[in-house]
Amino acid sequence: MSATVSSQRKSTALVVVSTTFVVLWVLIAAFPFFWTLWGSFKVESDFFSRNDWTNALTGIRTQIETGGAFTGQAYEGAWIREEFWRAALNTTIVVFSTVVISLTLGTLGGYALARSGYRYAFWLLMLALIFRAMPHITLVSGYLLPFFEWNVWGHLPTAIIVLVAINQPFTLWMLHSFFLQIPKDLDESAMVDGCSRFEAFWRVIVPVMWPGVITTGLFSFLLAYNDFQVTALVLSQENQTMVPKIASFLGSTFEAGNVMFAVAAVVSATAPLFVLVLFFQRQIVSGLTAGAVKG
Amino acid sequence: MPHRTFFWFIFPSLLAMLLFIALPIGSVIVQSVHQQHEQVLRTVENQGPFGTTTSTVVDQEATRALREAEPLGRFVGLDVYFDRAHLAVEEVGQAWAATDSIGAFVDRLMNLPFYRALIFTLTYVIVVTPLTILLGLAVALGVNGLPRMFKGPTIFVSLLPMMVTPLVGALVLYWMLEQNGILGSALQSLTGDPTLSLRASTPLTWITLFAYGVWSSAPFAFIVYYAGLQTVPQDPLEAAMVDGASRWQRIRYVVIPHLAPLTVFIALIQLMDNFRVLEPVISFNAGANAPSLAYSIYSDLRGEIALFNSAAATSMLTIIGVSILLTPVLIRTWRDFNAKRGH
Repeated sequence: MSATVSSQRKSTALVVVSTTFVVLWVLIAAFPFFWTLWGSFKVESDFFSRNDWTNALTGIRTQIETGGAFTGQAYEGAWIREEFWRAALNTTIVVFSTVVISLTLGTLGGYALARSGYRYAFWLLMLALIFRAMPHITLVSGYLLPFFEWNVWGHLPTAIIVLVAINQPFTLWMLHSFFLQIPKDLDESAMVDGCSRFEAFWRVIVPVMWPGVITTGLFSFLLAYNDFQVTALVLSQENQTMVPKIASFLGSTFEAGNVMFAVAAVVSATAPLFVLVLFFQRQIVSGLTAGAVKG
Repeated sequence: MPHRTFFWFIFPSLLAMLLFIALPIGSVIVQSVHQQHEQVLRTVENQGPFGTTTSTVVDQEATRALREAEPLGRFVGLDVYFDRAHLAVEEVGQAWAATDSIGAFVDRLMNLPFYRALIFTLTYVIVVTPLTILLGLAVALGVNGLPRMFKGPTIFVSLLPMMVTPLVGALVLYWMLEQNGILGSALQSLTGDPTLSLRASTPLTWITLFAYGVWSSAPFAFIVYYAGLQTVPQDPLEAAMVDGASRWQRIRYVVIPHLAPLTVFIALIQLMDNFRVLEPVISFNAGANAPSLAYSIYSDLRGEIALFNSAAATSMLTIIGVSILLTPVLIRTWRDFNAKRGH
């Protein structure tokens, strides 16, 4: 591990070129977020200046309109006037429930798939792969009419169940490959000692499975948190989560200043993700590469 | 594991997938071969000054009652698939007959909603996937050469475009590229054209959407390649150096072949994900210039009156497209599995 490609001798020119490139990439990746964060404390005529883009830096209009270089107007408008807090609350409920239910179903299923050894386990995994490839919007187009007919359209539990189901293929794959790494002897010796399969799972496997479950949970979280296609079409207006709420701000931008509500909402919705990546960077990286590097 | 135990372990997960993934596909098939009931017409007799005339009017009430009683509509077979909004068999035939060059034919196709969406979606997949892979590889090689202390923060920043909500990430870029945004006005002063705007120009809209696509998926390719670079075998590298291979030759003949299987993996995931592109089209407000297949389903469902049958037909055509993309993968996995069983 210690001697990687980078440790070979390199020419200075190459170092300069490659470092410049990385710096450029870091700018491209990060600048849009900083710019939006900066702009969210300005008024619309500064951030989207018709006259001069430097207005966004100096904040001339913000000075004139509010008396300070920065203003919290956009946040106040989004969170209080447009009740973004309600959307944030809905997102919390949906995401938390989706992650907990997905992981519960996924650990049971993934464990069974990892220990079965029969051919149908392979077929189920293939089926899950096909299900994973289905564009979510096509599934939503299948739900809407029945949901209207059964009067279950628009409620949070409906969205939660749908998100759990859509999440299952990925969760099963990930946890299945994780359980494969836990030695079979562990639970089998517990069964020799007289445990049933479920007792063995509960007493021996559950205590050691948390690293894999946390990594999988992160991705379940991201799927539920970032979802637009399901929540935008399945939830009614008053039950909207954050992402469809932001989309609905866009429809009403004719009123002056409303686009700034969207900017403030975007910054608010991105902040938790930053914190998540900051704390779980290692797990995210290992989760992303698990499927690829190990085969 | 005995079949019975296996069944009970997998049952909840399987039930969820069958109810909310398999059944909806069935529901989409059923919806796609139906069409909303036509308006109920009624003949009315009018007692006028010049005798009795009959006229036909739409019976609003009866129409609504019928549509409410049977929301699925009437069975029409494959009619919806062949109508103007989908495969448009008739119009394509006419266009083929009326035009004498491929360019003119494609131009005519671009006026048909389904083909416009298909052409945009395929172009998006074909352009974004290879660029994502190239940029990801370049960033991975660059980051790998950084001093150790800079690697962590660089990886953190590089992950951001991929981790943020797609709708939000696309909005953040759109606000910069918009006419009054920082990059949009920079573009205007560079080209000297003060009226230049994303909304007005189709090619510009397409290019910015592609740029968003590459920006948001390059981190995935980067992470996978970066992990791959950590496991490059050292012996062939040293042997190549002893033989006097330049740095470029070492990358070309040792590193790249080592990364090749990863490229297949990234390409597959990217093909699947790019084919269902939807959020950037909404964020960029580009439904008119650059509709994707997913976007046309979305707008059918989101309209004043939801067009379930039309959305279902487009969904089926999209699923067929995904299946075509996916077939090689499935065949490959099947071969791998059989090879493993052979041992």
